[in-house]
Amino acid sequence: MPNTSIKRIRLINFTESAFKKILLLSAITIVVLLFAIFLTLLVSSLPSIKTIGISFFYGKTWDPVSDKYGAMPFLIGTLLTSLLALIIATPFSLAVGLFLGEYYRKGIISTVFRNIIDLLAAIPSVIYGFWGLFVLVPLVRSIETSLGVAPYGVGILTSATILSIMIIPYSVSLTVQVISLVPSSLKEAAYSLGATKFEVIRTVILPYTKSGIFAGILLSLGRALGETMAVTMLIGNSANLPTGIFSPSNTMASVIANEFTEATGGVYLSALIEMGLFLFLVTTLINVIGRSIIKRFSID
Amino acid sequence: MKKNKSTNKALYLVPVLVGAMVLTSWTTLNKAKVVVDGVKEILGAGATFPFPYYSKLFDEYNKKTGVKVNYQSIGSGGGIKQLQAKTVDFGASDAPMSDDEMKASPGPIVHIPTCLGADVITYNLPGVATLKFSGDVVADIFLGKITKWNDKRLMDLNAGVKLPDMAISVIHRSDGSGTTYIFSDYLSKVSPVWKTKPGKGKSLDWPTGLGAKGNEGVSGMIKQTPGSIGYVELIYAIENKMPVGKLKNKSGNFIDASIQSVTAAGNVQLPPDTRVSITDTDVKDGYPISSFTYLLVYKTQNYDTRTEAQAKGTMDLIWWVLHDGQKLASPLNYAPLPAAAVKAAEANAKSIMFNNKALIK
Repeated sequence: MPNTSIKRIRLINFTESAFKKILLLSAITIVVLLFAIFLTLLVSSLPSIKTIGISFFYGKTWDPVSDKYGAMPFLIGTLLTSLLALIIATPFSLAVGLFLGEYYRKGIISTVFRNIIDLLAAIPSVIYGFWGLFVLVPLVRSIETSLGVAPYGVGILTSATILSIMIIPYSVSLTVQVISLVPSSLKEAAYSLGATKFEVIRTVILPYTKSGIFAGILLSLGRALGETMAVTMLIGNSANLPTGIFSPSNTMASVIANEFTEATGGVYLSALIEMGLFLFLVTTLINVIGRSIIKRFSID
Repeated sequence: MKKNKSTNKALYLVPVLVGAMVLTSWTTLNKAKVVVDGVKEILGAGATFPFPYYSKLFDEYNKKTGVKVNYQSIGSGGGIKQLQAKTVDFGASDAPMSDDEMKASPGPIVHIPTCLGADVITYNLPGVATLKFSGDVVADIFLGKITKWNDKRLMDLNAGVKLPDMAISVIHRSDGSGTTYIFSDYLSKVSPVWKTKPGKGKSLDWPTGLGAKGNEGVSGMIKQTPGSIGYVELIYAIENKMPVGKLKNKSGNFIDASIQSVTAAGNVQLPPDTRVSITDTDVKDGYPISSFTYLLVYKTQNYDTRTEAQAKGTMDLIWWVLHDGQKLASPLNYAPLPAAAVKAAEANAKSIMFNNKALIK
């Protein structure tokens, strides 16, 4: 009998350690993949980095015919759409965050709202693009007509509006999370001193959670920078420098999506990949900063 | 203890980095070679424009001979890359390969035209049915020099049509495309200004207008935007019953874009390698924004581990496309090859060798 129980223990030990090794291996694979993607981008963009150099970032002409690659209009287009999206989305996500984190923490209303907002994140981006094309574009066009600017309908404002809807779920879920982390002792102390709900929010909750809310905004910025499909459909894809929020423009992600399939020839392809590398680095940086803020917040 | 832990961590990083390097070099160096035994399957990749025609062709060919042709419509650029990497039996491209692309290929590549395509000028102008255009006017519209529909030059071309005082919105392709290549090739021939800037290519630095992805994107945006003008493939315009402009050709005739006028445009003396642009054609009744689309194969077929049977199978397929296959073009709104082009393509097909032996006699 003791013999079999030793065998059993050995078997258990074996499965335990095998299981642990498999877990470790899959974890390492993911990390390796990330490094591999980075290295592939880096290696493939070397020809462009060598030929174009730093003027890649300030050159204003993107002309595959004469092999000139200045990504400045796309950098500005990306920055403008993403920042405008943040400006539109932040008041809404803050309001919804307070509503769900402070006013309706439990109950049917809260569940329904939370699910619907989570659902927003699950809608494929091409659907957002279609909706934008059929609903938002005519709306923006009528605004443009009444303002007397060129009635394109597509452009920075249109894509920023769609982006803002797409990123709201990300900042809302984080805002709700950090608001629920506010110690109830602090809030109760404020209430016992006679503070109203609004005063509690203004003087206790917002100051306490501001770094967490900021991290949420930062993470949704990371999402907005890389969004491709919906933006490609609504931004007007023009390589000229934008002159206002109604102008058509282009973002880094949508240029890559548009031009990659037919890009032949060394420097052209490489310049597109360099843009991808830059986008990769920027989004990584933003995510790392966002996450480190959250980490510090939850330790506090 | 603490020091120990950090070295442990560093140790974990070693496999990570090594793995990353291996993966990268693997993806950059590995040019997967697909070897197919016998002639059960032929692989092709490239142009999206002739894809509906090719899939019909290859389906018929499969029924007739049992040979399966696997064609991936990944775009002309992708087709050329795949052929250069020798992962396919044939590539397909809308524009003939450039001299640089030919030089970058591991061996001489033969172009075999299969059918013709064309770009049409389409627009959204409420109350106006058919408009007439000339090459220089189209160029100046897309250069942003003609900005109103009631411009004098448009009025002169369209005497009797009431043109509104409306701004022109230019819509062009945002994705790199053979359609744009043909369009800009034509405009480079009819407008010296266009030739110097933006020139011809699959993606351009457009002086004006909005970009939309694909034929469907361009036509969608045109339908939505009153006063807009753009260019799409002829087939796409026919299938979607879009308003299409008549275009003045070199001989001064206003030509309707149709299968007949596109085939007519290609009825010219072709150079031996068939790499030719037929935009702004000399043919009297030819439509001026037409172009051949090509299959691409290596001249010397005995490369790598390629078998003679596989090479022969590929050439038999191409031969069939040039003859029986042509009858399938018109029902799908593709313009079949004119007689002169079939002859030139035959000569090209016969020049393809396996161990210095012609595969087609």
